[in-house]
Amino acid sequence: MKGNRRHLPTVAWLALMAPVALALWAAGSGLESLLVPYYFRIILLSGIAVIAAVSLNIVNGFTGQFSIGHAGFMLVGAYASAGITMFARPFTESVLRSAHVPDVMLMPLQFAAAIAVAALAASIVGLLVGLPSLRLRGDYLAIATLGFGEGIRAIFVTVDAVGGASGLHNIPPLTSFVWVFLGVVGVIITARNLAASTHGRALFAIREDELAAQAVGIDTFRYKVLAFLISAAWAGVAGALLAHLDLGIDPRSYSFMKSVEIVVMVVLGGLGSVTGSVIAAVGLTWLPEILRPVAEYRMVFYSALLVLLMLLRPRGLFGRKELGLADLLGKKKTVPNANRKEGG
Amino acid sequence: MLGSIYALIALGYTMVYGVLRLINFAHGDVYMVGAFIGLYAWRYLGLPSEEGQAQVVSTAGLLLMMLIAMVGAAALGVLIERVAYRPLRRAPRLTALITAIGVSMLLEYGGQLVFGTTKQDYPWLAGTVPSSIGSAAGGSSGISIDRVDVIILVIAVLLVVVLQIIVHGTRPGKAMRAVAFDREAASLMGINTDTIIALTFIVGSAFAGAAGVLVGVRNHYVEPLMGLTAGIKAFVAAVVGGIGSIPGAALGGLIMGLSEEAVRAFYPELADAVVFGVLILILVLRPCGLIGSQTAEKV
Repeated sequence: MKGNRRHLPTVAWLALMAPVALALWAAGSGLESLLVPYYFRIILLSGIAVIAAVSLNIVNGFTGQFSIGHAGFMLVGAYASAGITMFARPFTESVLRSAHVPDVMLMPLQFAAAIAVAALAASIVGLLVGLPSLRLRGDYLAIATLGFGEGIRAIFVTVDAVGGASGLHNIPPLTSFVWVFLGVVGVIITARNLAASTHGRALFAIREDELAAQAVGIDTFRYKVLAFLISAAWAGVAGALLAHLDLGIDPRSYSFMKSVEIVVMVVLGGLGSVTGSVIAAVGLTWLPEILRPVAEYRMVFYSALLVLLMLLRPRGLFGRKELGLADLLGKKKTVPNANRKEGG
Repeated sequence: MLGSIYALIALGYTMVYGVLRLINFAHGDVYMVGAFIGLYAWRYLGLPSEEGQAQVVSTAGLLLMMLIAMVGAAALGVLIERVAYRPLRRAPRLTALITAIGVSMLLEYGGQLVFGTTKQDYPWLAGTVPSSIGSAAGGSSGISIDRVDVIILVIAVLLVVVLQIIVHGTRPGKAMRAVAFDREAASLMGINTDTIIALTFIVGSAFAGAAGVLVGVRNHYVEPLMGLTAGIKAFVAAVVGGIGSIPGAALGGLIMGLSEEAVRAFYPELADAVVFGVLILILVLRPCGLIGSQTAEKV
């Protein structure tokens, strides 16, 4: 967190990531055919969990505001993206065709548009939620976000046009390894660069002491809303990816428990630690799967482990620290690799 | 009277929050365990039942069930406090919160293991058995008040009055308020804060246990996941009333219960949305809850 030596400039980042991305692009498609679909799915799920957890960390960890309605933003993103890939599909397709886009590119372009729309929709909702509720402090903010998360779900459930309580079905299977990978890289770069920027420093200042931050001239409300927006947008991306992986939206699975799951990842990894969030998100996605052999006891183990971990490491696995530069570079590349090892 | 049930659970949230500034997520599950303790007590201890009717419990039996459930829930509450929360007294608040969530999940999944995952029948309260089971929930047209609801309301009001007397009329109650006001100052004044916090958990959990039995008798079934939504809504009620305030929790519980039931009568699928709508509205208009203004937090 402190000192710039751990932060690479964006250009260097991109230069570094480009070959990695290309390699993984190839590896990803190979991976899909190599692995048992079950493991492949969990890899994708952990990637989506990483996106959700790192984005929530921007609000909960960087800014010190406590939001427990993240699943609500994911749900907004899920529905918004499904709207593009399902309902607006004939329209977008005709537009793309008239622009002489080759057929192969039709679906990826539409999905890219869907993800963008998901991010936009979620951030608009984030703005609508954030403007009134970010004036609240501490636990009251937490409850307001909880209320929003549950409320938005209840609203979607009552709208029959989007499937009502049974949710949406037959969403095209567009989420692939590459999309998830790009999302993961995107959210990590966003968080890391934010942390190193003036804006990020302002967020940290708010976290440390909101009154003091205000006293030195930081427009705390504006920065809190900003953090909320960025976080919501990435939650929307995670929602879009999840919807196109599950091939449907079941509003019940975006409940308060989902939000809590993400909060747990953030706190377990260490509030404010991006690497911590990444590792906790991957770990907590795999843990129930690893515990499958103990069948009905597995969720009991899961929750007992959670309590134990919190008792033994009250500040999360990493506290506020990030892994050092060398580990960090290695890790960025090995996050999906670690999955692959476990998966294979 | 869903409202009085919410109020009883909300009291536990509000009290624990008052002394620890901790949202005790496991509280809703203590309520669930309380309901099951009551059920098993009734099943295996042969509590007074209406003669000749196996599935009916008399009012005296209900009170005994409640008493046992309250003791059991209180014991569970203290155990949770001792094992999970006390070691984290000085840790960041979010850590304690996640631990609370972990304990809550542990109770839910553990509950599913111990009690089974299905709904279990709860005894009827004597005099409330409908002639044809199935039209239990007052299916007749117009306004009807069930006997169960009246009894629940009476018991709830009595409990709230008792609580008010404990908190405002006794020495431990005074100590409780002192700890809620400023824990360090209270301990400097010679108050054993650990004891008082444990006491808070005892009282709050006992109330949750009582609420569990009452809701069981009202709905005629209990299940291991019943604490989840009830817990969230009761917590919302506590916040609406102004968290940390006991009359606030009671009031908030009534408001949430009434608004939910009123909406459910007309637009059943919108009930939950309205509950949370009320929450956000009240938070925006009165950021400290209805009766919460006297507890300014930030120095």
